[in-house]
Amino acid sequence: MISYSFDFSFLLTAWPAFLRGAWLTIVLAGTSIALGFVLGLVCAILRSGKSKLLSGLVGIYVEVIRNTPFLVQVFIVYFGLPSLGLRLSAETSAVIALVINTGAYSSEIIRAGIDSIAKGQLEAAECLGLNKLQVYWHIILIPAVERVYPALSSQFVLLMLSSSITSQISAQELTAEANMIQSETFRSFEVYLIVAAVYLALSVLFRVVLWGIGQFAFVRRRKLRT
Amino acid sequence: MITFSSTHLIYLIEAARWTVLLSVLAFIGGGAFGLVLALGRVSQHKWLRWLSAAYIQIIQGTPLLVVLFLAYFGLSILGLDIPPIIAAGLSLTLYTSAFLGEIWRGCILSVPKTQWEASNCIGLSRMQQYRHVILPQAARIAIPPTVGFMVQIIKNTSITSIIGFVELARAGQIVNNSTFEPFITFVFVAIIYFAMCYPLSLASRHFERKLNVGN
Repeated sequence: MISYSFDFSFLLTAWPAFLRGAWLTIVLAGTSIALGFVLGLVCAILRSGKSKLLSGLVGIYVEVIRNTPFLVQVFIVYFGLPSLGLRLSAETSAVIALVINTGAYSSEIIRAGIDSIAKGQLEAAECLGLNKLQVYWHIILIPAVERVYPALSSQFVLLMLSSSITSQISAQELTAEANMIQSETFRSFEVYLIVAAVYLALSVLFRVVLWGIGQFAFVRRRKLRT
Repeated sequence: MITFSSTHLIYLIEAARWTVLLSVLAFIGGGAFGLVLALGRVSQHKWLRWLSAAYIQIIQGTPLLVVLFLAYFGLSILGLDIPPIIAAGLSLTLYTSAFLGEIWRGCILSVPKTQWEASNCIGLSRMQQYRHVILPQAARIAIPPTVGFMVQIIKNTSITSIIGFVELARAGQIVNNSTFEPFITFVFVAIIYFAMCYPLSLASRHFERKLNVGN
């Protein structure tokens, strides 16, 4: 066993870089969660809609994204699109790839929620005289999202964690900052221990915030304390 | 000027064999350790439940990429010159075990309580209960989500390209470096991943339907 002395003294000078990276991770993930949720919602509506063509297209999109690695998706957006004449910054590419990725996963989750709405609910709503739009909004969409919200939340935490992969296209988020610091200090193990702890804290933070949003958005959930 | 050709495609497909090998390693290692974790999560001993829960929370709360770096640099601290495949296999095993442990815990818990009570009544020990009553039933429930998770394993092996392990994603980068045709190269890489993952996704869905019909 070779003795190894841990040295965390680099933190004295490097902590602003860690903070900067963590902040960009929060911004990247936050933006992607918001946009990805909207995309997922739209796709879920189209997928369970009447148009066979749109539903089929969304199906293909979902399957392609869910069966290819995020790293390759990032590469296609960042390296591939410029050869088609679309040049984007690393951060923009990161958000686009994250949104496309999350959109596919959340649409599958939301669709499961829509499928789980009992038919009796729709009939009851029609009996009450709600119009089509009202039924769709109040009886299908909101309860569907409410039902699958826990699954969506864990998907969003996973998204935050996979944003670390965007360090590979030089988006300067937490992992990229860590790569920089370790190449300057040669304290690789210590640097990544710190980064692991920061990600752990971020995933707790995201879980708490998402839970809070759920409590705020779904009044019934709050009242039933579920 | 080199353009993307069939030679490159063959190179990519050959590299995909390493993706498969790494996935199999991760599944075997992660499956074995994951079973231990799942049993730990439903153990009668509080400290075992707590320990495995803490492990799962930590691994699920850190990106695989960071676990990979920790394995890669952590092993080299021991003074050994570690080939990337060891670090890659180790980190994927840690990652896989945490997720499979949590999935299988759910499967074990979904076996009705009466099965425990009945097997207890006929005098089986806890070990025998698991061996003959609980695990066979849990395994049946576990098939669809486990096959579905294999897709995650295959996709996540792509991350090991970052420490220089030459599997499919890394091979794509190498091809791209010589052809400068990133779009077509990475689209082909994506197609090969898709060809490996999609059958598993379909199989997972098929098993799920079969299980639902059976109940």
